[in-house]
Amino acid sequence: MNVPRFVRLGEQGRAPIRVTIDGREAHALEGDTLMVALLSNTGQLRHSEFGPEARSGFCLMGACQDCWVRDEQGNRIRACTTVARDGMAIRTTREEASWPILA
Amino acid sequence: MADPRVIVVGAGPAGVRAAQTLVEAGLRPIMIDEGRRDGGQIYRRQPEGFARSYPQLYGTEAQKAKDLHDSFESLRPHIDYRPETLAWNLTAGQLHVVTGGERAAVLPYDSLIVCSGATDRLLPVEGWQYAGCYSLGAAQIALKSQACSIGKRVVFMGTGPLLYLVASQYVKAGAQVAAVLDTSPRSTRMKALPALAARPAVLWHGLKLVAMLRSAGVPLLSGISPIAVTGDDERGVNGVRVRDAQGHEHSFECDAVGLGYHLRSESQLADLAKCQFDFDRPSRQWLPRIDEDGRSSVPGIYLAGDGTRILGADGAEAAGRLAALAALKDAGRLHAAGEMPRLRERLTTMDKFRRGLLQAFPWPHQLASQLPDRAIVCRCEGVSAGDLRTTVRDLGAQEMNRAKALCRVGMGRCQGRYCGHAAAELVADAARVPIEEVGRLRGQGPVKPLPMSMPLAVGEHA
Repeated sequence: MNVPRFVRLGEQGRAPIRVTIDGREAHALEGDTLMVALLSNTGQLRHSEFGPEARSGFCLMGACQDCWVRDEQGNRIRACTTVARDGMAIRTTREEASWPILA
Repeated sequence: MADPRVIVVGAGPAGVRAAQTLVEAGLRPIMIDEGRRDGGQIYRRQPEGFARSYPQLYGTEAQKAKDLHDSFESLRPHIDYRPETLAWNLTAGQLHVVTGGERAAVLPYDSLIVCSGATDRLLPVEGWQYAGCYSLGAAQIALKSQACSIGKRVVFMGTGPLLYLVASQYVKAGAQVAAVLDTSPRSTRMKALPALAARPAVLWHGLKLVAMLRSAGVPLLSGISPIAVTGDDERGVNGVRVRDAQGHEHSFECDAVGLGYHLRSESQLADLAKCQFDFDRPSRQWLPRIDEDGRSSVPGIYLAGDGTRILGADGAEAAGRLAALAALKDAGRLHAAGEMPRLRERLTTMDKFRRGLLQAFPWPHQLASQLPDRAIVCRCEGVSAGDLRTTVRDLGAQEMNRAKALCRVGMGRCQGRYCGHAAAELVADAARVPIEEVGRLRGQGPVKPLPMSMPLAVGEHA
């Protein structure tokens, strides 16, 4: 499993929340963006469709769309502009090909 | 006469000052904000529940940030504020928006003031597709908005004032900064001093940041050429290699890179509005044409802030107010017109400083043309420098939109925001034509991806 990518430098007195990442339960904090909730637990958000490498977002301001992840229903979520909520379940693994064509 | 319907796009320094000016004149503008809260990028607010003070968050700009946020709070009952709303398209007299990623509306307007801000300008380097490589702006947002560092050990590389600002903010917050690597040589910064002296306080602040980094023991290299971001497909970034001005190679171990070469305007809405653009030689960017008050070439469309010219937050506040005063004047609602000459003068000073910054921290376009064939240029579609050169030399593409059609450069998720400028340099070099002849990627609606399932035909008629 990947090592966490982001390092928290403060503001850690917030209430804890739980998120599920690829079926594993993980801890995050209330007020985290989904991206921070994920990358304070793991090192990547997805894989490139056109290359071999993992991706972990790039611009953090909703401009590059590199941080799309999926919920368990296959809905696309932009991790950098979405607020993490307690109970969210997210997939970062390469499963897009196995889903039907998504609207 | 009925009040003109005015929409302001953006809630950063330009947008807030524009809306404030309209409210003073008795109007109730609609304000479209892609963010969850006002402030834009530079004065971005931390989420509710975070406890850092204004000086901690905004440093020397704390008072300006607070003033802007306070102004917005007092405006809020007098404007139709729509946060988390994307202006995704523009047709004659109508702005197409989507709120919360699901509710679409078509908003008619008489005047539109676009304050769409800027994003980082990027120059590809071999390996920049690895996880852990972020834009400089991203590194700053992680810290400012979420109190996080993008990694345990961070290298900042590129050029421009943001390079030193973000690095110093990381050091202050207790992050480990492995190096600050600037492509611009010290000599260009010395030559730019007379122009930068147009804003002595800002220049002094910049010099203090560099001194702070030096005293913190952070290696600072100038005049470097990036060789590669090194890494691993699964684990991401593990280092940076550069060549210094003397030709010596240096390696820095790190697990994150903040990369940026100053900023580029987010000018897609101006493009969709069919505004005229001109090639701006100092920045080597295509910028929408504006008159001294912010009127575009299209009647009723006004442009202000970094989305038009990279003048920074102070310039954006002045430009936002001036554009709104111009819109009011054109609508026959003359208000505070006496302020216009002073605001124009202020923007002239800001533009002198803008040119000074471009002289001090030039866009190193020659590095784009020197990229090895294997380097990825378009991160979204995995298009390499070699693919792009083949498209030019074998398929005859000498213009950016043609190159896009043939090899998909700039066709992916970010729609060319992060590869477009460097790709244009590569095409110009391979085709041996001047950069301005290569043109620019045309803006396309939707300016950001929307799901196919989105019902877009919903009209709202105010």
